[in-house]
Amino acid sequence: MKLSRIASWFTFSLGTLFFFLPLLATFEFSLRARRGVYSFDAYQSVLSDPQFRETFIYSIVMALFTIVIGLAIVTPTAFWVRLKLPKLRPYVEFITLLPLVIPPIVIVFGYIRLYNTSSWLPLTGTVTGTNILLMFGYATLSLPYLYRAVDTGLRTIDIRTLTEAAQSLGAGWTTIILRLILPNVLVALLSGAFLTFAIVIGEYVLAALLDRPAFGPYMVWMGGNKAYEPAALAVIAFAITWACMALIQLLTRFSRHAKAPT
Amino acid sequence: MTPSSRRQSGLQVSFFNWLGMVPFALFAALFLILPTIQIVFGAFRTVDGGVTFNNIIGLGAPNILAAIWLSMKISLLTAFLGCLFGLLLAIAVTRGGLPQWLRDASLTFSGVASNFAGVPLAFAFIATLGRLGIVTVILRDVFNINLAGAGFNLISFSGLTLAYLYFQIPLMLLIITPALDGLKREWREAAESLGADGIEYWRRVALPVLWPSLLGTFALLFANAFGAVATAMALTGSSLSIVPILLFAQIRGDVLQDPHLGYAIAFAMIAITGIANLIYIVLRSRAERWQK
Amino acid sequence: MTYMKLEGLQKSFGKTRVVEHFDLDIGKGEFISLLGPSGCGKTTILRMVAGFESPTAGHISIEGQDITPLRPSQRNIGLVFQSYALFPNLTVAQNVAFGLKVARQKQSVIDQRVADMLALIGLPKLGDRYPYELSGGQQQRVALARALAVRPRVLLLDEPLSALDAKIRVSLRREIRDIQRELGITTIFVTHDQEEALSISDRVVVMNQGRADQVGEPHVIYNHPTTRFVANFVGTLNTFEAVVKDERKGVVTLGDVDLQLTRGALANSKNDKIGLAIRPEGLMLGRQKAPAVTLQATIEDVQFLGSVIRLRAKVVGQSISLDTFNRNNVAPPAIGSVVDVSLHPKDLILLQDSDFT
Repeated sequence: MKLSRIASWFTFSLGTLFFFLPLLATFEFSLRARRGVYSFDAYQSVLSDPQFRETFIYSIVMALFTIVIGLAIVTPTAFWVRLKLPKLRPYVEFITLLPLVIPPIVIVFGYIRLYNTSSWLPLTGTVTGTNILLMFGYATLSLPYLYRAVDTGLRTIDIRTLTEAAQSLGAGWTTIILRLILPNVLVALLSGAFLTFAIVIGEYVLAALLDRPAFGPYMVWMGGNKAYEPAALAVIAFAITWACMALIQLLTRFSRHAKAPT
Repeated sequence: MTPSSRRQSGLQVSFFNWLGMVPFALFAALFLILPTIQIVFGAFRTVDGGVTFNNIIGLGAPNILAAIWLSMKISLLTAFLGCLFGLLLAIAVTRGGLPQWLRDASLTFSGVASNFAGVPLAFAFIATLGRLGIVTVILRDVFNINLAGAGFNLISFSGLTLAYLYFQIPLMLLIITPALDGLKREWREAAESLGADGIEYWRRVALPVLWPSLLGTFALLFANAFGAVATAMALTGSSLSIVPILLFAQIRGDVLQDPHLGYAIAFAMIAITGIANLIYIVLRSRAERWQK
Repeated sequence: MTYMKLEGLQKSFGKTRVVEHFDLDIGKGEFISLLGPSGCGKTTILRMVAGFESPTAGHISIEGQDITPLRPSQRNIGLVFQSYALFPNLTVAQNVAFGLKVARQKQSVIDQRVADMLALIGLPKLGDRYPYELSGGQQQRVALARALAVRPRVLLLDEPLSALDAKIRVSLRREIRDIQRELGITTIFVTHDQEEALSISDRVVVMNQGRADQVGEPHVIYNHPTTRFVANFVGTLNTFEAVVKDERKGVVTLGDVDLQLTRGALANSKNDKIGLAIRPEGLMLGRQKAPAVTLQATIEDVQFLGSVIRLRAKVVGQSISLDTFNRNNVAPPAIGSVVDVSLHPKDLILLQDSDFT
């Protein structure tokens, strides 16, 4: 079977080349701002750009709001479905998978038509309204990932048995939620949160069509106007995404160790 | 508890239960279901509210058909290439005799890379294969190959295809790896003992077993590419008229001079990605039945 | 007439020696079981015969032809797995026909052979079903038919019954043996279940840590185990340590009683320690006439099982197990009481290697 191993290494090397070259190239490109010499000028230019700071902070804030609202809606729902209405599970799961089927551009188109100034819920009429709309749009986009993260977390701790055991020992609902459920699904919640953060930071379509000053449209604008700064932005975006994923991995590994003795 | 009071509290309990679903129901209705219904209905409505098929018929206009055809082309191509290269990579990593950590690292990387779609990806490719990109420069200075002279332009159909592959291949890897793991070692050994070597085994057993997964993932990759906007926007601007870009322009500025045509385009997108996803789900359940 | 020869087989994975020097001659049509606990090397030997592992040393030959360098697909050997390994995308008939299809046989030949095979395993009407529609027992029978359809020279079965329910296990092992006899095909059967091995094999190879401890017919293995391991693994055994008193006459001392063994002179020297063993059915409560020997036993545990009373007692420092029938006018012995336990020296098994820890 020697030939197959050589072929495997060859395929793998090609794959590695294809996937790492753009990452290296982006980094290298971002260092070329100053003629003839490698420098971090592009990064400096980007980081000192007030527009960068504005849009970046805007997106971070939106991400945080999205995470809070998203988790606030998803967590009790997942819990409720598992415990009280297990028959509804396939329907709820189907709904949570819809954002993966319906392209985001179609969803935002629906928003604009449905919630414009002449409709029964004129969200797009005001800035705050549009911000709220955008946030719920982000929550919709991250719904599949949030729900799956929380649902998996609840499934692992067998919420039904845990609740029954606690109730038989006299615990009330507040105790159950605060002392039992939350600590055990914390890891799942945080994983979902980081994933949502990564999604929101880089998102373009929703923000562009709702005309909000988010990081995504800013990056596109820079792409059309500057040469080296976009590469620096890409590196920053990659770094953030990687950091989020790495944190998720760390969390899941940490929780696995924490669960091991039980 | 008497029977009647039990029934009563049963009713009360079930009402209370349903109450707990209200936040989710409201959220899903307002921000997922209603907008979609709005689009679907709008595709069949005229400006004054009557029912019509004109919008759908309007999809037959040459520029729109061209856009649909272009989107189909790039989605089919990137789905096919993504499946092919993703499968080869998955085989290499899962059963090619490579060390275990390489497999885990590849899966982790794929998890991240499949989400790389969008603006940063476009910039990365510009930095790699653009006019001043590092690969372009190296090819020119070291190997004396002039990419532009050879007809390659990143801001084009082929450039976008290449960029799409960056997230299509990892997605394929993620989905097909469990299916490959499901190919039991005993099947190969049983086939060998019955006289079927490597290629015969793949032809008669492995590929047929994998077929539903392969086809299903192809459909998924197709849908994935069809709905992608940001990468195209950042890489090719509005120069490549794929359907999402067309819709984008229509939403922004009614370039088609007919507001309800936008509905029709959006409806077409839902229909196409919906069918593709349906195919994926059906084939996946078939594959799972065999893996028992 | 030796049909198949395994000579000097050895297998190491890195530094670990999994199979030691293994020799076995198998006659045509013989049903041989490799019996042993997990990790004893029996499956490795089977896989070497099949060709999925290459021996680190040694040869395998069938009818004089050395098959060691051949690929599995060239050996014409039938294989049945513990997990059935039926191809899920093919029907039962297509599974059975697989080997014949690969060999590019004529369709008419294939159809006939498939029909014959399905009749042989007793599932003539299930040709169009898919594996996932069948029960475990049915799948394993189809796997057997598939392996036999190509008329292999040797049939290898790797713990084929371990994944099945107890009842099916018993009936299917009978079926396998009947089919094997009818076809006269040389068979190697790997199992960790000693009842399985003993009940259907012509000969049993008891394996321990990579080597064959004993090879022989089932009743020989049971009644005359040659090592302590075999004696313990096959059936239950009570073991004792005795001291040689007179090696020429074959007299040993067990506790404070002299025993005349029935094997004549012993190979050991005087005052050597020697291992003796006896099956629970060889021990009796109460005094027996000579040449039976009586020892004192202290009852440690009494389990009243109905018609049988299972006792655990300490005899000459050893905990032993013995069964006695319930008698309605005699109470079971009390725990702690001292009773007489008798045995006939002819029932004693001499352990050739006293590997006492």
